[in-house]
Amino acid sequence: MARRDVASVSPPLKRMEEPSELLRELVAHLRQNRTQLREEWVVRITETRLLTAMTKEEIFAEATSVYDSYVEALETEAFEALQAYARNLSERIIPRGVETHEVVGIVLLLRDVLARSLFAKYQNDFKKLNRILDAYEPAANRIANTVAVGFVQERERVIRQQQEAIRELSTPVLQVRERLLILPIIGVIDPQRARQLTEQLLRGIRTNRAKVVVIDITGVAAMDLTVANNLVQTVEASRLLGATVIVTGLSPEIAQTLVTIGVDLGKMNTVGDLQGGIEQAERLLGYKVEKLAEPR
Amino acid sequence: MEVPILKQGAVLIATFQAALSDADLNQLRMGLVQQVVKFRSRAVIVDVTAMDVMDSFASRTLREIAHMIRLRGAETVIVGIQPEVAFAMVQLGLTLEGVATALDLEEGLAYLNEKFKTTN
Repeated sequence: MARRDVASVSPPLKRMEEPSELLRELVAHLRQNRTQLREEWVVRITETRLLTAMTKEEIFAEATSVYDSYVEALETEAFEALQAYARNLSERIIPRGVETHEVVGIVLLLRDVLARSLFAKYQNDFKKLNRILDAYEPAANRIANTVAVGFVQERERVIRQQQEAIRELSTPVLQVRERLLILPIIGVIDPQRARQLTEQLLRGIRTNRAKVVVIDITGVAAMDLTVANNLVQTVEASRLLGATVIVTGLSPEIAQTLVTIGVDLGKMNTVGDLQGGIEQAERLLGYKVEKLAEPR
Repeated sequence: MEVPILKQGAVLIATFQAALSDADLNQLRMGLVQQVVKFRSRAVIVDVTAMDVMDSFASRTLREIAHMIRLRGAETVIVGIQPEVAFAMVQLGLTLEGVATALDLEEGLAYLNEKFKTTN
């Protein structure tokens, strides 16, 4: 579509390009100058002291794939693919100790490096430069956003996974004899952990066909009313599965809590320490432990 | 809904189905006691493995069944309560207090064997 320009010092009349044409043009420019721009970007990364956890070779390798993905996203506007790439990248570099601000930092540096290269190329055609930037800016913003979000999502996923692993680790259900399970609890029990504990124990009772469970809380300093109630419920639920629970290792504070909430101690089987608890459990199961010889 | 009741010597085994209505439960209450009388059973095992929920009515009915059967001099054992169901029950305060429970049919029969041995 031609435009009449009456008095102008600009080059011969051109028609207005479509935004997509502009994008294609700038993508072509970024591809042509790939080697040089990427090098410039890596230099800026090192200068700004980002990605210090990675070696020069690693940075170069990642920079190459980030650069290519960046330019591809500009071209195809396929931001989902970019987000998947960002999550994948995060999965690789988070274990190396790379921080969020570093990832956002390098993406913004790349944005800057590319923008300056566009300034340099179109510096003689201000109007064209404007149009090019109009095409570039929204896409570049979206890219920075997408990569940052992808990185954060991956971090959150890892944190959730680790939390789950810690919870699993900290409440092992151990079989020490046939039909006898021990659940040693250590540390702080919050309502969520208490619930997870109960579910794990009940599943363990069914899997191991346990008839007696010894829950040892020597390693628990204190419990609040909610958790104390949960302990009582655990005992009651275990009974519904045909298992008797013996609780051992109650500290004076916890004993006080249980008395305060009015736990029917007839319902709860308690023994002073773990050793006593196991001995009682063995008796309940019909074992008699006899010493045959002195330790060597 | 018909609940299958099997006879194994002096023990009756009733297998509850997944979705029992209040009417079904009421029928069962009378039905089971009648069977205990008819066969002069010494014990009843109620297998609730198939029940994935247990509400307060079902829980109360089970306790009433056990009490009525005890009045006939027989023992009741509830078996097969699923871990998730047990957890949900105790949170609602449904503890089936006073009723014997066991993990499954095998354990229920073992429990009764022990009990009969010691009382004989």
